[in-house]
Amino acid sequence: MIRRLLIPTVAVGLLATSACTDNAPAPAPGDDAAAARVLTVAASDTECTVSAAEAPSGTITFKVTNDGTKINEFYLLGEDGLRIVAEVENIGPGLTRDLVLTAPTGTYFTACKPGMVGDGIRAGFTVTDSGEPVGPTGEDADLVKEADTQYASYVRDQVDQLLVKTQQFAQLVTERKDDEARALYADARVHWERVETVAESFGDLDPQMDAREADLEEGDEFTGWHRLEKDLWPERAEDYTAMTDAERTEIADKLVADTQTLYDRTRDMTFSASDIANGAKGLLDEVATGKVTGEEEYWSRTDLWDFQANVDGARVAWEGLRPLLQRKDKALDEQIATAFTDLQTLLDAQRKGDGFVTYDELSEDQVKELSDAVNALSEPLSKIAGVILA
Amino acid sequence: MSDLSRRGLFGAAAVGGAAAGALALANAASRPEEAASTGVDRAYPYYGEHQAGIVTPAQDRMHFAAFDVAYGVDRAGLVSLLRDWTDAAARMTQGGSAGELDPMSGPYDAPPQDTGEAYGLPPSGLTITFGFGPTLFVDGAGKDRFGIGPRRPEALERLPHFVADNLDPALSDGDLCIQACADDPQVAVHAVRNLTRIAFGRAVLRWSQLGFGRTSSTSVTQDTPRNLFGFKDGTMGLRGEQTELIDEHVWVPADADPAAAWLAGGSYLVARKIKMQIETWDRAPMREQETIVGRTKREGAPLSGGEEFDQPDFALTGREGNPLVDPASHVALGHPDHNGGVHMLRRGYNYVDGNDQLGRLSAGLFFIAFVTDPRTHYIPMQSRMSRNDLMQEYLQHIGSGLWAVPPGVREGEFVGQALFA
Repeated sequence: MIRRLLIPTVAVGLLATSACTDNAPAPAPGDDAAAARVLTVAASDTECTVSAAEAPSGTITFKVTNDGTKINEFYLLGEDGLRIVAEVENIGPGLTRDLVLTAPTGTYFTACKPGMVGDGIRAGFTVTDSGEPVGPTGEDADLVKEADTQYASYVRDQVDQLLVKTQQFAQLVTERKDDEARALYADARVHWERVETVAESFGDLDPQMDAREADLEEGDEFTGWHRLEKDLWPERAEDYTAMTDAERTEIADKLVADTQTLYDRTRDMTFSASDIANGAKGLLDEVATGKVTGEEEYWSRTDLWDFQANVDGARVAWEGLRPLLQRKDKALDEQIATAFTDLQTLLDAQRKGDGFVTYDELSEDQVKELSDAVNALSEPLSKIAGVILA
Repeated sequence: MSDLSRRGLFGAAAVGGAAAGALALANAASRPEEAASTGVDRAYPYYGEHQAGIVTPAQDRMHFAAFDVAYGVDRAGLVSLLRDWTDAAARMTQGGSAGELDPMSGPYDAPPQDTGEAYGLPPSGLTITFGFGPTLFVDGAGKDRFGIGPRRPEALERLPHFVADNLDPALSDGDLCIQACADDPQVAVHAVRNLTRIAFGRAVLRWSQLGFGRTSSTSVTQDTPRNLFGFKDGTMGLRGEQTELIDEHVWVPADADPAAAWLAGGSYLVARKIKMQIETWDRAPMREQETIVGRTKREGAPLSGGEEFDQPDFALTGREGNPLVDPASHVALGHPDHNGGVHMLRRGYNYVDGNDQLGRLSAGLFFIAFVTDPRTHYIPMQSRMSRNDLMQEYLQHIGSGLWAVPPGVREGEFVGQALFA
């Protein structure tokens, strides 16, 4: 159980191209074109002073400083004054944020919006032809929309299956058909793990459904998957008292009810490109901190099922973004593809029957190999959001 | 040469070892006339109203050690250890030898009293702070080994299990603790090594921790350092100069606990070894990092605006009415406004203990706080943080301890003497 952060990202409808970071590449000394692409914006409550009214096409950085007393925003708008090319929001008084974007030749408007209201303080802005290639941007918005549609439907589908299998599992547990319950446990959880970052974004459900015992403090009730896991695999538990029928029924019913809530809440979720990319990264974080170390499924040792499911979910997220990523950074996309293949090869080597070997059957070297492959994939995967949003 | 300093000795030794030895004997227990005030020459007085190493401006390095009293040692044995530790600490903090003799002199057929690796090094701002753990009063078997059980302060109880704690008993607790801080790591390590040696037969080292860089500032003259997440840490922590707040939030008042009057003027030391998931943190977007902390990474300014030391405005909302500082951010949950107005004096250090078997840095923050009462000044806050802090995803608490820190020592006394009176 981890509380996963789904940070709402900027702008809607159109491709949000902002990357509000402080670590934009500094221009090399003497590199005039690069220097001309770094602009400062002094934004006060009444003024919006951009250090230049033009910049050469390419990756442009606006360093926006809010000198005023109100919360400010900065926009780059298209020629029609309506289309948002990029924006940075929620700049507190006194703070500086970078807006990094890729802009082709054309005429634009800059706008500060002190107090986040009105049309903003606008000025014309020109991107001149630097002669350097700027990736196509026209269809990006459509690609983001497609990725959202695809990912949202994947999430719905996984939660559908989760609900059905959770109901079956709950019934088996309640009827004390323990062999069958054990056989279904990992298989049902696969659907949770595939969309784990989404499920975890519901801070009320996650602790009730997926908390491990150590995640609790005195007075907290231990419920959810891992409570039942412990009762089905009590071998590693010290001084363990088995649950009564009534206790089992209570926990199982609650798990089904919580899964139903999750189902209801995921029916009309939407995802920005950044949500999807960071979700993929988050799933690999889950692998790195919970599964590869055998901490997630302490009682059942079925960590590799979860491992595979997290990787599945990350792969689907990446695949949805691929058309966009390939336009922006083909090399990164290829690096990720290779890393997915390498990791999958290692996982496939641990398959046994319909599933995997248990965690305790892995040697230290095998765990290390898997961990190295996760790192090799996670690092490029973490770069997707920055690349597709710039 | 009124001061017995390792450097001073070095100079004297160059002239003649025997002379230096004699000098060491003569000055062993004396207090320096005047503490040097700058850089590594700085020496903080050992004796005083409070133990040094609490409001002392945080030194750059730390060696922390927890001890258990050895099996079969009685009250007299414990008292003799505290006496010897006090004398050695008084000497070493002034740049002197751990023993009465100079590190490089003494009977030729005897092992030197001082291990010698700090020989020639200046005092380096060394402070040595002692603490008494709950088990010193009543051990795990419920036994009061030293006849001090009834004088255990009520607040001195093992910290409760917090959400997601993954404590290693081998990195937690202990009958006694020593915090040695200095601006030279060799000097801090030298102190713990020699105090450990002095204790053999009376107390054994249970666990210890090196901190390579301070993550707190305890003086307004110090810049706020960064933790291993790359953020300024402890901006809101108490500074030694805030004497009224220090009196209220750090020192134990005389009337705090009738059974434990001996602790008046002391404090409680909370230690938490907090492992950071460095690798996954480094893959988090800047947006996420700043949201989690609630401050900008560059300046440390609250996301509601202003500069580092400006107060966060938790009510300020941006788009769609969302607060600019997330209510579950680290700064929001740790802020005195959300903790009944309590302040902590933080004195933590960054650590790296090599790496784990999977090639990940075993790194994090060795958190130390001094508070007037852990029940009001630490436990409620940590309980909320462990449950709600967005940063928890990247943290794991793996070690823990709580010690009562006796008040300062007067010349001729030993640390915690009032407890045994």
